[in-house]
Amino acid sequence: MRIPGIVVVGGGIAAQSLCESVRELDAEVPLTMVCGEPRLPYDRVRLSELLASGEGPETLALRPPEWYADRGIETLVGRRATALDPERRRLDLGDESFEYERLVLATGSDPLLPPVPGLELAGVLPFRGPEDCEEIRAAVDSGAARVAVIGGGLLGLEAAYGIAAQGCAVTVVHLMDRLMERQLDPAAAALLRPVMEDLGVEVLLERQTECILGGERAEGLRFADGQEIEADLVVVSIGIRPQISLAVEAGLEVGRGIQVDDEMRTSAPSAWAVGECAEHRGMVYGLVAPIHEQATVAATSLLDRCERPYEGSLQWAKLKVMGVDLVSIGSPQGAQEAVAADAAAPAYRKLVVAEGRAAGAIMLGDTRGSEDLLGAIAGGEEVTDPVARLAAALEATVADLPDSAQICNCNGVCKGEIVAAVGEGGCGTAREVMARTRAGTGCGSCKGAVVELVQIATGGAVEEPSYLCPCRAQTREQLAAVIRERGFDAVSQVAGACGTGRECGQCKPALAYLVSEVNANRHREERGARFINDRVHANIQNDGTFSVVPRMYGGVTTPDELRRIADAAERYDVRMVKVTGGQRIDLLGVRKEDLPAIWRDIGMPSGHAYAKAVRTVKTCVGKDFCRFGLGESIALGVALEREWEGVYTPAKVKSGVSGCPRNCAEATVKDIGVVAVEGGWQIRVGGAAGATVREADVFETVETPEQVIRVATVLLQYYRENADYKERLYDFVPRIGLDEIRRAVLDPERAAALLERFRIAKAAVADPWLERDEPYHPRQFGDLDEVSGAAAPALAPVGPPPDGELP
Amino acid sequence: MIRLCAVDDVPAGEGRLVRVDGRPLALFRTTAGWFATQATCPHLEGPLADGIVADRSVICPLHERHFDLASGAPLGHECAALQTYSLREEGGEVFLVGDLLGDKPPAPSENLAFPELNPR
Repeated sequence: MRIPGIVVVGGGIAAQSLCESVRELDAEVPLTMVCGEPRLPYDRVRLSELLASGEGPETLALRPPEWYADRGIETLVGRRATALDPERRRLDLGDESFEYERLVLATGSDPLLPPVPGLELAGVLPFRGPEDCEEIRAAVDSGAARVAVIGGGLLGLEAAYGIAAQGCAVTVVHLMDRLMERQLDPAAAALLRPVMEDLGVEVLLERQTECILGGERAEGLRFADGQEIEADLVVVSIGIRPQISLAVEAGLEVGRGIQVDDEMRTSAPSAWAVGECAEHRGMVYGLVAPIHEQATVAATSLLDRCERPYEGSLQWAKLKVMGVDLVSIGSPQGAQEAVAADAAAPAYRKLVVAEGRAAGAIMLGDTRGSEDLLGAIAGGEEVTDPVARLAAALEATVADLPDSAQICNCNGVCKGEIVAAVGEGGCGTAREVMARTRAGTGCGSCKGAVVELVQIATGGAVEEPSYLCPCRAQTREQLAAVIRERGFDAVSQVAGACGTGRECGQCKPALAYLVSEVNANRHREERGARFINDRVHANIQNDGTFSVVPRMYGGVTTPDELRRIADAAERYDVRMVKVTGGQRIDLLGVRKEDLPAIWRDIGMPSGHAYAKAVRTVKTCVGKDFCRFGLGESIALGVALEREWEGVYTPAKVKSGVSGCPRNCAEATVKDIGVVAVEGGWQIRVGGAAGATVREADVFETVETPEQVIRVATVLLQYYRENADYKERLYDFVPRIGLDEIRRAVLDPERAAALLERFRIAKAAVADPWLERDEPYHPRQFGDLDEVSGAAAPALAPVGPPPDGELP
Repeated sequence: MIRLCAVDDVPAGEGRLVRVDGRPLALFRTTAGWFATQATCPHLEGPLADGIVADRSVICPLHERHFDLASGAPLGHECAALQTYSLREEGGEVFLVGDLLGDKPPAPSENLAFPELNPR
């Protein structure tokens, strides 16, 4: 028998939020969390992302395991509470019993299922947990092409979108006469429908599902009006049912949920309830913001210091479908309404006023000022002129908001806290502020506002690395998610769908990398998005000619290769032949039109000396020749270079392998360096010897060359997936933190997934110099044919004269 | 009008160098239409046809000087503006519109400076 202080039953967002709130108030009180699911709390709000990405739930983890350990929170993962005796303050987890001082029920909810025959068929799934996502993906992979989603509410639409993004025909079947009827009025719902249909989601309204058809597997649906549709997979998402069985058996008072008072106390002594399992003043909340509010109040009450009781929450929801901006706050309809609508855009903005106060808002397509209206509605602001108030919200920037205005509704972070994180907290970038306050780390929709606030608070002086490009006010992560979820495979699609919808020369190359990385190099290449070096696979020089550096794995070459290089250098009138710092031979001053021919004559693969890619693995002679050598550095360097050849990276990667700690290959100042030591190999990362000089951090020491290749490749893939464009490893490593990178790269499961993605990307790589025979375009390397203007009357400039003065 | 090339001679979203009687021009095929400017950057003579083209602008490949293709105006820097030329796309071909000076023969104008690309 163990006697912890506070026991939290549940492992979802509510349980997590409660633990966070308790620890903010009291660092000492013993705290135990019983997670029924086989994992620590994760951000279920973003569940639909797993559908699109296929990643495991650990990517949505709210906190890493160390967080709990560091704060003395005991976690019992995969353990279900089986019985509760509130009188004796005893909780059973199967065979084991706990005595507690105080108990919090945060058991969440189960999916609500309609009472129709056929629910038991294979291919009928709820949409509630990561397992459901996996099963849906597996069904799609094994050929399910037509999917029906029962339920056209928030979660149903998110599920439908996630499935449609995988290329299935999805039909949403909804009982009501409009989508999201709880959050939207008929006009907004009517605008949402074609938006969803554009994303590949068909919508059937006013259809009551009578039964699911099929023998063993689901084959379709029949509606009450007799109509039938075919479906290989049926996903049910019509709502939630509070999980209250433990409470019921223990004799607690329940309605739909476990009944709680304004301090979130249940009818039983020393027992509280928060989240989707709790019913407060007749309301059960299924949204994340109220859960945080409840958890905050419950934590104060648990510790006997509740000063502000819970009085209910404003209902607030955002649809998490890529490319659809939709926010609904409070009542969607009321006595007095101001509406601005543009059916063509489409955009819809509405403010609902009840009894002279702001009571609700809907914003579809144009969510400017949503924080402002959220504050107004939450505070019951008096509104005499709804039309003027709605228009004023358009102009409101985050600078105008009061400190109490909530910016991050997922994690309940106010503007004041963000500003304080910069001022008193000393944070200089939006990333640091997000890590400290957790603002922007939930659904991510407020990241833009956080970045803007940090810019204002820092005086805008700090260069903001969070946006991929100022033209789109979107982070790399957000853009990657758009690409992934909408299945984009070309830069022009991303440019058209995000931000201003226009091309921007500053970020095209960054988008080109992102599109290729997300699509594992199976993207549609648009050369116009690439820098000239990547259009012609050579490095442009100050006179407009190019340099040619053939691949020499590990810096090793042969007499035959050298002969061909020498001949080519003469044949093409190369201005200089130079040995580079990365142990390569550089032919400088090659004309663009000569590139295909010189590559053909040299007959070696591209050395990628022009690209943001793995450039060189420099080696010393090592054990093969050197009397001090401990390891076979040449063989390892060659193997590494072959493994990484042709794979593009966010910024260039220079590598080196030294055969002993004398380090003749300068591995300690390489992006990724390897040094042979007694009994193994030391892998280093983040070194630099350019404008920045930085000694590489020791990442890991392993025994065999095979282990080096594996760990270093996983590390390289982690960098490929997580670094900003042009961010070298020596900046990336300190920004992310060595520990965080180790957690990802050294975890067997995550490492295996990273390695698999690397191999998939690598499998689609070809030597770009083969374009000498199969060019991207007939004039890839050439100018246009010269023309004669003799026959024309005149050639006149219409722009400014060469002195450059504009008229 | 002088025929410069067929539409397909320039890949979408790129520029190409074209010589008119030996004088180089940079020709651009953008999402906003066709544009032509002087061949080299006023900054340090970078080959503008090798620049990144986006919307209605070009970025020089050497030092990232950014110019508006329609007006030739420098964007966010102090370089001189580019000379620009009028183009017309017709029947799948691209023409330089050269009749703006009327019927007068093309006086060897000092306004037309065509620095050689990549002088050796």
